[in-house]
Amino acid sequence: MTTDLAIEAVDLARSYRTRTGWLKPQRKTIDAVRGVSLAVGRGELFGLLGPNGAGKTTTIKMLNTLLLPTAGSARILGYDVARQPLEVRRRIGYVFGGDRGLYERLSALDNLRYFAELYGVEPREQLPRIHQLLEQVGLTGREKERVEGYSRGMRQKLHIARGLLHRPDVLFLDEPSIGVDPAAARELRRMVADLVEGGTTVLLTTHYMAEADELCDRIAVIASGTVRAEGTPDELKDRVRKLDVLEIEVHDAIGEEHLRLLRETGGIERATVETKGTIDVVTVHARPSHASHASVLAALGDLRTGKVTTREPTLEDAYLSIVSDAATAGSEG
Amino acid sequence: MTAYGTSRGPYRFWRLMAVGLRTHVLHLSRSGVELVMAVFSPLVYATLAVYLFRAGDHPDRLLQAAVGAGLMGVWSAVLFGAGGAIQEQRWMGTLETLVSAPTRFSLVLMPITFATSLVGLYSLVATVVWGVVVFDVPFAPASPWLLAPAMLVCVVALGMMGILMAATFVLLRNANALANALDYPVWMFSGVLVSTASLPQWTRPITWVLPTSWAARAVQAATGGGEVLRPSLVALGLGAGYVGLALIALVWVERRARSAGTLTLT
Ligand SMILES: Nc1ncnc2c1ncn2[C@@H]1O[C@H](COP(=O)(O)OP(=O)(O)OP(=O)(O)O)[C@@H](O)[C@H]1O
Ligand SMILES: [Mg+2]
Repeated sequence: MTTDLAIEAVDLARSYRTRTGWLKPQRKTIDAVRGVSLAVGRGELFGLLGPNGAGKTTTIKMLNTLLLPTAGSARILGYDVARQPLEVRRRIGYVFGGDRGLYERLSALDNLRYFAELYGVEPREQLPRIHQLLEQVGLTGREKERVEGYSRGMRQKLHIARGLLHRPDVLFLDEPSIGVDPAAARELRRMVADLVEGGTTVLLTTHYMAEADELCDRIAVIASGTVRAEGTPDELKDRVRKLDVLEIEVHDAIGEEHLRLLRETGGIERATVETKGTIDVVTVHARPSHASHASVLAALGDLRTGKVTTREPTLEDAYLSIVSDAATAGSEG
Repeated sequence: MTAYGTSRGPYRFWRLMAVGLRTHVLHLSRSGVELVMAVFSPLVYATLAVYLFRAGDHPDRLLQAAVGAGLMGVWSAVLFGAGGAIQEQRWMGTLETLVSAPTRFSLVLMPITFATSLVGLYSLVATVVWGVVVFDVPFAPASPWLLAPAMLVCVVALGMMGILMAATFVLLRNANALANALDYPVWMFSGVLVSTASLPQWTRPITWVLPTSWAARAVQAATGGGEVLRPSLVALGLGAGYVGLALIALVWVERRARSAGTLTLT
């Protein structure tokens, strides 16, 4: 079977049935993913972004054969995820964030030896491969210690080593940088970039926009189980580039009232506040010719304002705009 | 690159079993709860058996009683071990990593259940040792040379039945309730401690289809006298039958688990 696509999903959907209540059990159906279509080429690094509960993990678990789709279909390197799970599993790696998924009372080395066997790594190749990976993720010297004594970041590194044992062609990384320190996170980004360089296809989810911006060739933003936007990081940023981004430092506490006034000012599309240390920073997205610095400052009225800067939109701006559009569309529809 | 992984040769099979057994026995042996249980439960079983039989005026059958009590321990170890192991893996989040591996899930489960029945074998030996050391049970088995093989058969047969148990535990989130319900009935119907002759007639078929009954009979025969070989073979045959059933069931179980999303707790 030959196909240029590493990952191909068509109208993928998944719902969960849950029961709540004990005396009077009520059945509820949650539509976690409602019709996601993706096409990821070989050697591509594809990012899946979206708020908590958007359906990212559910989508990944359907693609890596752990969950059966309730509707739609998906193929990995041409193999159907529902009907040919073993063929798919041979070619994929799965790394998820957090500290579960390892044998706590065993050493890193014993964990890796077991999984190397399960993943069908050639016996003669197992130990060299394990040591190479331990070196790569920076666990060399600690490999004989039990995992229970590992820090969160060390466990995450071990997870990554586990996922790479059998040199998978397609790698699913579900929030791999969660709980990893900045230096290790940078190291991880380099590792991922190297893998892609070497021809591995990667599907990555993350909540760190800078990470997604740096790594991903293409990104899909999903919210409430559907794809809201798709494109290269630059294409996504272009969606908000029509707007100027103004950042105003404010030295007093800013209230809802001020934000409401701002949003009602002509030409202003969005206004958000973020507290940075002792000051609040108001970010305003405004249509270029319409809102001037003066009208923005007028809306903030009596507040003591500091530096006002105009900057290029970031991926985070684009993401927030897509997700908030999705939220308003959702509440109206 | 996975030429080795795709090959289904016997070398691959035995290697997988050996590595799996080593991993899971090591993991089990490092659990505090497991260790305490392993030391104390055989002692409790031995005490129970000895007092029951002393009161019942059968001093000649003390060894048989101790062995019977040990067999109870094996069954409990397999039942709670196989189930507990699956439940623990679900908690630890390793069940997903096991299922997403390109190895047939039944082959992954086998070493897990055999690891628990190996713990059971230890429990059986420990019960007899406690009986001999603490209660002066005379250690004079009828067929000393057949006792060890019979015990081994017992552990293997139980391990094989454990695979079927494990399969149900993959499917059910609250499988512990099932394990509790199966603990006592099975050893009662197997005639481990009391003879099945004293049970009502309708329980006979249950006794016949349980490999535990035949394994128990073989071990009892080796200690108290009687034929060892035939019940051993029947136990192994039945055990193999259960493995066959488990293999068929697991294909379905895995699919069901993927469709219901019961591989994780979250
Ligand atoms: N096993 C399950 N049973 C019932 N509902 C579930 C289950 N797993 C996920 N869900 C629900 O499905 C929806 C999507 O969850 P999912 O884990 O895919 O989100 P996510 O995008 O990965 O979020 P996060 O960023 O928090 O990881 C959520 O509403 C969640 O509550
Ligand atoms: Mg998630």
